[in-house]
Amino acid sequence: MSITTDMQLDAKGLACPMPIVKTKKMMKDLEAGQVLEIQATDQGSTTDLKAWADKSGHQYLGTNETDGILYHYVRKADEEKPEKTHPNTVGNEELENRNDDAVVVDVRESAEYAFGHIPGAVSLPLGELDERMNEIDSSKEIYVVCRTGNRSDMAAQKLTENGYDKVYNVVPGMSEWSKETEKS
Amino acid sequence: MSLQPMKPSELATKAVNKEELFILDVRNEDAFEDWKVEGSNFEYMNVPYFDLIDGVEEIMDDLPKDKNILVVCAKEGSSVMVGEMLADEGLEVSYLEGGMKAWSEHLAPVKIRDLTDGGELYQFVRLGKGCLSYMVLSGEEAAVIDANRMTDIYTDFAREKEVTINHTMDTHLHADHISGGRALAEESGGTYWLPPKDAEGVTFDFEPLEDGNTIRVGETDIDIQALYSPGHTIGSTSFVIDGQYLLTGDILFIASIGRPDLAGKAEDWVQDLRTTLYERYKELSDNLIVLPAHYTATEELNDDGSVQEKLSVLYKENHGLNIEDEAEFRKTVTENLPPQPNAYQEIRETNMGQVAPDSERKREMEIGPNRCAVR
Repeated sequence: MSITTDMQLDAKGLACPMPIVKTKKMMKDLEAGQVLEIQATDQGSTTDLKAWADKSGHQYLGTNETDGILYHYVRKADEEKPEKTHPNTVGNEELENRNDDAVVVDVRESAEYAFGHIPGAVSLPLGELDERMNEIDSSKEIYVVCRTGNRSDMAAQKLTENGYDKVYNVVPGMSEWSKETEKS
Repeated sequence: MSLQPMKPSELATKAVNKEELFILDVRNEDAFEDWKVEGSNFEYMNVPYFDLIDGVEEIMDDLPKDKNILVVCAKEGSSVMVGEMLADEGLEVSYLEGGMKAWSEHLAPVKIRDLTDGGELYQFVRLGKGCLSYMVLSGEEAAVIDANRMTDIYTDFAREKEVTINHTMDTHLHADHISGGRALAEESGGTYWLPPKDAEGVTFDFEPLEDGNTIRVGETDIDIQALYSPGHTIGSTSFVIDGQYLLTGDILFIASIGRPDLAGKAEDWVQDLRTTLYERYKELSDNLIVLPAHYTATEELNDDGSVQEKLSVLYKENHGLNIEDEAEFRKTVTENLPPQPNAYQEIRETNMGQVAPDSERKREMEIGPNRCAVR
């Protein structure tokens, strides 16, 4: 699966500190929750980017290396959570024990999904939910999952408003998921 | 004020002379925690460069106004960025040329002593990693023991001294740094010696170094006697040079002893280590001066920058030589060990010739302290 990102930064050929200097600058242009792809050739950029993201509250998703180029993925920190919440929340344990024909919908960004998701989960980023909602079978039980339960809450509300009646928001979700995951 | 470069050699002089220096290390916190420039009178502050991209105002109050400040990073770039900002604020500041990478590669010779009939013994001190290697010179010949990867330093020194390096030997298969022994022998047309018991996976030709071998250097015949002394590795071999010096490799250090676990065989080798330290070395002359392959703390450096001590003194003062109870000894050298050196498996494979990483990767592999000792 290809990784969709909101912005790309070409930092190839640049030595430390420039990859992080430019990343920091470009992050200001991203909206909360959007994903930036950073292309770099400086080997040290991986640990530095991870350390910088951890400190500044952004989410370091992972790095792929192809032909000597590092592709880093960072998701900008979330905004404050809205008040309203979906009534049906379940814990990770209930997700583990779901029925065989239940559907797991992963509403994180494609880059987050790519670096680790529950086997069988369908990738449907929150931003694409409106246009792709019809891909989900409304007769099934639907477990909506994201990293911490915020985006999945919004997605679960949206699904319920549109007539899906067996929707569960999984809290916290992938951040605490200790069972099997797969990459794509 | 303008930003000044500081060469690794200048920094080395400050470390050896125990001068005062304020080091602002701008690498990320894990890297600093793991490994830094060591000096008895150095003060440290660690703020990652990415916290200073927008300015240095926040740390200005914590920096000394009356001391030289050295900014250090991994390669150089970030220290220049931060250094320039500090210089703009009017501080006396320099940056480390080439960063920690260059520091890790810096090594310089210290003369240990004149040997019989005009021979000389030099210790090459690699401050950044705590590695020690040796060159024995006599007549027109030289031998290098436990050579580091930066072979040009030895060849330049040999040229300056007008000697040819005929022999290179490693006391054991190293796990913390990449050996320059084989490359140096190839460059100089010399012979590379390695203990055969450490060389089972080795893919190249070498001369087997066995107990009782005597290697002669120069017309004046300085003897290097091999002494089988297993424990850090199964093949570990010590050398007695000119009847006066005991090169212990990674078996015995000044303030600590070797660890037996880097090849994954701690349980098997702990008894060998005990026998070497508590029996074999004890049979040797008390007057021998111990020259190890590593040191850990700057306190082990003598005033002249060398690392050496009499064997008799170590039998009195080194804790690792004074654990009477065998079970306690076993526990000390197999439990609560420090983390293993960075990339140690890959380094062993490189030293066996099984993999041939490029020079950039070799540098990366050697990042960090040596960690071959148990205190």
